This record gives sequence, structure tokens and C-alpha cells, in this order.
Amino acid sequence: MRVPSKKHKYGSITATLLALILLLPILTANGGSSVPSPAFGKDAGEGMPAGLGQSIRNMGDEDEALQEAAIVDLGTSGDANILPALEALQSGSLYRWVDPRDEHRIVIARDPVDRNGEQSYPLLSPYGAKPILDEKGQAVFEREGAIEAIRIGRRLRIAIAPWLDRLRLFSPSANLRESAATKVGLYGAPEALPQLDRALLTENDRWVRTALNEAIGLIQLVDDSPALRKKAAEKLGTIHALNALPTLEERIKSYETGEAPEQDIAVIEAIRGAIQKIEAWTVWTRTVETIFSGISLSSILLLVALGLAITFGLMGVINMAHGELMMLGAYTTYMTQEIFVGILPENLRDLYFPLAIPLAFVVAAAFGLVLEKSIIRRLYGRPLETLLATWGVSLILQQGVRHIFGAANVDVASPAWLRGGLRLATGIQFPYNRLFIILLSLVSVFGVYLLVLRSPIGLKIRAVTQNREMSACMGITTQRVDAWTFALGSGLAGMAGAALTLIGNIGPDLGQSYIVDSFLVVVTGGVGKLAGTVGAAFGIGGLNKLLEPGLGAIYAKVLILLIVILFLQGKPSGLFPAKGRNVDM
Amino acid sequence: MKKQSTTLKNGASTRGGTLQWTLIISFFWIALLLLNLLPPQGSFLHVSNFTLNTFGKYMAYAILALGIDLLWGYTGILSLGQGVFFGLGAYCMGMHLMLSIAGEGVYQSDLPDFMVWNQVKTLPFFWKPFSNFWVSMAAVMLVPAFFALIFGYLTFRSRIKGVYFAIITQALAMTVWLLFNQNSFNLGGTNGLTDFKSILGYSLMEQGTQKTLFGITGLCLVAAFLLCRWLTLSRFGKVLIAIRDNEGRIRFSGYDPARYKLFVFVVAAALAGLAGALYVPQVGIITPGQIGVLPSIGMIIWVAVGGRGTLVGALLGAIGVNWAYSVLTSNYPDLWLYFLGLMFIGVVLFFPGGMWEIGGKISNLRHGRAKKQKIAASEAG
Repeated sequence: MRVPSKKHKYGSITATLLALILLLPILTANGGSSVPSPAFGKDAGEGMPAGLGQSIRNMGDEDEALQEAAIVDLGTSGDANILPALEALQSGSLYRWVDPRDEHRIVIARDPVDRNGEQSYPLLSPYGAKPILDEKGQAVFEREGAIEAIRIGRRLRIAIAPWLDRLRLFSPSANLRESAATKVGLYGAPEALPQLDRALLTENDRWVRTALNEAIGLIQLVDDSPALRKKAAEKLGTIHALNALPTLEERIKSYETGEAPEQDIAVIEAIRGAIQKIEAWTVWTRTVETIFSGISLSSILLLVALGLAITFGLMGVINMAHGELMMLGAYTTYMTQEIFVGILPENLRDLYFPLAIPLAFVVAAAFGLVLEKSIIRRLYGRPLETLLATWGVSLILQQGVRHIFGAANVDVASPAWLRGGLRLATGIQFPYNRLFIILLSLVSVFGVYLLVLRSPIGLKIRAVTQNREMSACMGITTQRVDAWTFALGSGLAGMAGAALTLIGNIGPDLGQSYIVDSFLVVVTGGVGKLAGTVGAAFGIGGLNKLLEPGLGAIYAKVLILLIVILFLQGKPSGLFPAKGRNVDM
Repeated sequence: MKKQSTTLKNGASTRGGTLQWTLIISFFWIALLLLNLLPPQGSFLHVSNFTLNTFGKYMAYAILALGIDLLWGYTGILSLGQGVFFGLGAYCMGMHLMLSIAGEGVYQSDLPDFMVWNQVKTLPFFWKPFSNFWVSMAAVMLVPAFFALIFGYLTFRSRIKGVYFAIITQALAMTVWLLFNQNSFNLGGTNGLTDFKSILGYSLMEQGTQKTLFGITGLCLVAAFLLCRWLTLSRFGKVLIAIRDNEGRIRFSGYDPARYKLFVFVVAAALAGLAGALYVPQVGIITPGQIGVLPSIGMIIWVAVGGRGTLVGALLGAIGVNWAYSVLTSNYPDLWLYFLGLMFIGVVLFFPGGMWEIGGKISNLRHGRAKKQKIAASEAG
């Protein structure tokens, strides 16, 4: 059955197996009695309850009825270890294999690897999907042709599907358990009830419990007993089961004409109550969601405008390349990620992000320093010229990045610990990346506050911006202060760029999409006022999210611009105008 | 601001006469037309139809540049939203051209093709007046002027100026760009207006029509130049320059700068609208991409390179930069943005007066006034 090929001459596993096969008959002939070959099969059955073995073997049977019985058998066992085998059966990666002892076995084979120039599969046991080991304790590999795939028809495939979700109820991953519970509930098969009940007994995770209760409620909603139906409806209402809403409505739809699937008055009342409860809850969650997304957008605006509040607000430099400094920060993050992926094992890669943030700050700050010393320094007091020159810089930076990284967006994967979200209640989830940006913007604002308003360095910065000549007379090296202040603002831009990798596309145009918004925030807030920038960011961000649901994103933005212009009518110097008697500011 | 006024003290307003420049511009425009018409095809003197059409486009841009120069070069108002007014004029013209081919579209509908795709059943109300040619021609300048009047009134009244004005106008450009991109706005969305067939019954495919359009553009350019020239040389122009150099002082002298600024802003918008209207039939398409933030700020560089505060400089800058653009993008498409970026930096840092300043320096050298110029330059820093 196995023909040795030239490719296998380098003492590979296959060769070992071959030798073993040749030896086996000799051994048995010589020794007569059974020579234990414990390595094969030992691991595969470890901890496997008796009785499942036959069902597993039956999965590979030619008789479809036998196969189906096996699937039901395995599914009812509720043993999560059997899940990989059923999944493999459905996806066509379950195989028949004749092991070196000539025993017919069922194995899982997926993710082929290249061995000696041939596609080989590592063989996994059907129970628990552990690698099958040979007697030397090494994993067994097999060529495609040496194992026979078990093919199943559409009917069996459909028969497997519900069992997969029911088994996933016992999977070690809470996310998987939850989504499985939701699916089982929506599938609505009463056979699943015992498994759901069993899962509920051992379940500790709050959200999985809710999903399980929801599923039980949904299944009991079509129970024969009206009392149970009523109870189920009441329960669905109490746990605010959002997923149950369509089913609940379906049950009492066209009740007036007497065609509703539900006929019992008491149950209908209960369902109505449940729908009301769930809808009230939806309104509440939507409100919370709008507030949160408003805060989230505001924090993003704040973060991108903070650097500008320093370079533009304090120094009066119109830096049109501010957005491109953010882009540099984002690409620094990308580079850090690429390097980490290149040199570190997978479990350490996510460390790139904590490093990327300071790195983005440093890179952008260094670039800002160069920009200040080469161009901006020559243009102090000529804001319009600065605007044009820095616009030129931004064009060059964009094209440069396009040249190096290509015009397409690059992919920055958020670290695993920032994926997912914080769940406060059913239907209310705050994504971690948004929370992180809110936190980062708060920390940044506080840091800038300390540095600019509460430190000796900040005193110098403010002195230079208020009266350059006088500061110079007092012994402040104004040029150095300028350079470092600008670098600080640029660094903050870079940091903002690093944070933006969490939520958006990273491409050469990144800066362009934020530059207008961030300038608008600073202008609205009142130039030179940190509190104004914070206020304007929250005002614009909050207003945007408030208007968006009714108007759509574009018209909301247009309306906000109009509001800003009208606002500046009343307060031409922004929210917090500088006090003073300057005629020409 | 002080430095700027020193550098630009000897603007074009004093160098060369009105008649002289008018003649030079007219000569350039008529010569191009004649070189296209007279020499036989293949002769080295012959100007191809394509080149003529391209220069027609540049001359439309030059009209817009004159407006920017009035605003920025003379009054010191940097508007980063001129593309909006250009777009308003262009879309007015485009709407007329779309309506004038009613029934000849792909769908044989009285509505423009894109409305048929978007399942719009009746013509939106704001399209209706544009079926008339003369109404459209008036709208081309009045619509941008009207919007400039409202926007300018709100901003100048509250004394928003300098960089704040620049930023607000940039936000305006972005907003209008966003709006025009919307299909629900009924202006063709991202694809804009295109597939024009004829104007006043003359086919736009005909070379004769295109040449006439070139001629009209040239006439408009000369007229716009004369208007700006007259404005800047008058007493009114002196107030504009005074506003640029010290707005506070002019206010204390009893003038109301907001009115002057508003007037100039409206004139510049009308010129931009006219430019847009001349641009559309010659280029054959107008999309939101041509009027957004990037094109709007790109228009500033024409004037900066040519020499702000000098009308002829602005005019030459618009033609020169666009010519350089088409040469560079056809040969080195990747390099254009580098070049443009360097142009922005270079002009600001080294030649605040643009080409005009360079030209002036050369001619001064020739006249043995190099020493004087050097002193002036060292003053300017």
C-alpha cells in the first residue's frame, strides 16, 4: 500500500514507518504473542469515554444511516473533545487511515506542511485533536494519497450543523460558547434543551449565561405548555434578550386577525410585556452608545488637535504638515509591527504597540525639529507663508511615503489586548481600542497641562510666545525654546498617528483627512488655550455624533461647519479668548 | 506682515503701463490662435488643436488667478476656497450644457443620464433655470458672487482674518467637496457632470467651436485683466493695499475694511466662476475632485509662483505652473508632487515675489541697478 519513493531516502518518518511495517509481520511471527506497541493509539484514546470509540469509527462507515447515527451519538455525548472531529467531517478534513499495525482508524488531517518537497499532513486524533505519535514519540505525518478523505453529502452536512453549535457550548473559549448559545437559540430545536441546561449549570461567564438563558427562553417560547411559554416570554423580557425580539414579534404578529402562532391570551400579554421591556432597553442602550461614540470621537479630535494646539495655538505656526506628522507616526507604528513580526515569536508580537507609541512620538518630534530648523524658523511672523511652505512639505511627505510604502493602505493589526470590548450590560459594549484612545488623550492633555502650565520649561515656552524680545532679554534662548516647543507639538501629532492605527486605515492620505478637522477644533477653541481645545473637541465631536443619526455623516459635517462659522460670529476668538487689549491679534 | 510689505513694495502696479501689458497679453492670445489657423499642419510654427485647447484651459485658470491676486496679493486675504467658486461657475455651466442636450443622452430621457441612473423622476428645482442660456451665463458669475457675499459677510463682519480665514475657507472647500460628492445632491456625485454635446447648438466636437471658445476665453482674460488693473490702480486699490499692510490703521483712519474685503472677495469669486464656466466646455467634464481642498490650495501656488501683488505675474503663474504640470505629469508622473511641494517651499523661502521678482532682478541688473536692489534685498531679509 505504500510505495517507497526516492524522496524518502533521507531517514524521514516515512522511512521509519516503512521499516516498521516490514518488521511487524516478522515480529508477530517470531514472538507469536502480541508485542505491545504502545505508542500508536495510546494518546488517541486518552481520557475518551468508553462507547465513543465505536461512534467515531462509524463516522467513517460507508453506510450513511450509520454515519448519521454516529453523529447524533457523538453530539448527544456533549463532550467538547469530539467537536474537532465533527468539524473536520463537515469541512472534509476527516480521513480514514490504516495505521502501521494495519488497524483502520479515523484521523483529522488539516494544515498540510511541506516535507521533503511533498505536501504532508500531520495526523490528529479524532478525540481532542491531539497529534498522533509514533513509538519514538514523534508526530506522524502522512501524504495526501496515503489517507482517504471521508466525503459526506448535503444531508449529513445539514445534520451535523446543529450539533456543532451544541458542542461548542462546552468549548473553552467564552466567545465561542456565547455565539454558539445564540445560534442554538435562534435554531430553536427542542433537542438542544438538555445540553443548554447542562451548560448553564457549569457556566460562570456572565454573558454566556445570558446567551444560554436567551436560547432556553427562545426554545421554550414554542413549548407545548402555555405556562412554560409564558415563563419563557417573561424571562426574555427580564434579561433584555435583543436577539429574541424578531421571534417574539413573529409570535404575536397579525394577532388581530387570529392568525398569530400564539393563541394563549396570558402568553400574548407576557410577550407584549417582554417586547416593551426589550424596546425600552434598546432606547437606553442606543443613548449610551451615542454618548460613548461622541466621547470617543471627541477624544480622537482632541488627540489629533493637541499637537496643533501647541504649534498653532502657542507658537502661532500654521503647520499644514501636521497631518503628515500623524501619518509618520502611523507608519512608524507599522514599521515597528513589521520588525516585531519579523524577529519575535507570535506571543510577544503584541508588545510592538506599547513601544510604537513613544517611538512614533520620537520620530515625529525629530522630524518636527528638522522642519523647524530648516523652514519654519525663517518664517516666524509670516503665518500665511508658513502655511504655504508647510503645505509643500506635506505634499513631499505624502509622495515620499507613497514611494516607499506604496499608495495602498498598510495593515496594522491591533494588539490582542485591545480587541474586543468592555461589556457593561446586554447590548452595551465599549470597544477597548476606543477606551484606550480616550485614556491616551486624557493622559496627553494632562501631560501637556503639566508641562506647559506647571513646569519651568512651560514657563519659558509661555514667556517666549507672549513676548519674544523681553524673554530674550531675560536670558531665555528663544530659538532653542521655539525648536523644542515645535518638536513637542510634532511629537504629539506622531503619537496621535500611532493611536489612529487602532481605528482606521493607514495610508499616505491619512493626514489629509484629519487636518481640516483639527484646525477647526483649535480655531473654535480659541488659539492658545488648552481648555478651549478640550472644550471645542468635545463640542464638535459630541455635536457630530448627535446630528449623525438624523442627518447622515456628510450633512452633519456640513451643519457643523455652519455652526462653527456662526459661533465664531459671536465669539471671533473662540471659546476662551485671550485676555488683552490687542487690536490686531 | 512688515516683511511682506517691504518685499512687495515695488509691485507691478508701477512697472509697465496698462496698455503695454494688455497688448502683450492680447498678442500672446491672438498669436496662438493665428499659429493654429494659418500655418499648414506639420509646419514647425503650427500650433496643434490640442495645444490650443490646453492653453484655452490655462487662460481660464489665469482669470481665476487674477481674482486670487486681488484677494491675496493686494488685500492680504488668503482664501483656500477659491476652488469652490470655480466649481459653482463650472457646475452652472455644466448644468446648462446637460440640459441643452435633453433627449440626446444614452437613455433618451429629458433628464441628464446620471439622474436616470439615480432614479430621479423630475428635474430638481434648482436645475430648472439653467435650461436658458442667458440665465445660465448670468448665474455663472452671480451664483458664486452670491455665495461669496454671504460667506464673506459672515466672516469679515466678525473680523475673522489671516490664517483663521484661510482655515475657515479650507473647511468650506472640504464641505462643498463632500456635498458635491453626494448623489442625493443631484449634481452627478463623484462622477460630476460630463458628456456635453453642444453649446447654443454648436457641437463641442467641432474644432470651430473649440477655437471660438478659445477666442472668447482670451477676450474674457483681457477684460478681467483690465478690470483688475483698473481696480488696483484706483483709489480703491490703494485702500486694499493699505488693508494688507496694516488693517488696524486703516480702520482707525475711518475706513471700514470689512466692506472693501467683502467687495474684493465677491469680485474674486465672480472671476473664479467665470473661469469655471469657460473651463467646462473646453475640458468637457467637471467633478468634485477639481474643486476640493487640494485643487483650491493648488490655485494659490499659481499666484505665488507668478508673483503676488502683480496681476501679470499671477496670470503668467497660472499658465506657467499648469504648463509645467502637464509636461511633468506626462513624463514623470511620480515626481509632480515633489516638484509642487518644492515649489511651495522654494517660492516662500527664496522668492516671495515669485517669477516676477526674478524677472525684475534680471532686468535691474541689466540696467545697472544691481547695487540698489541688493540694498533693498538685504532690508527684506
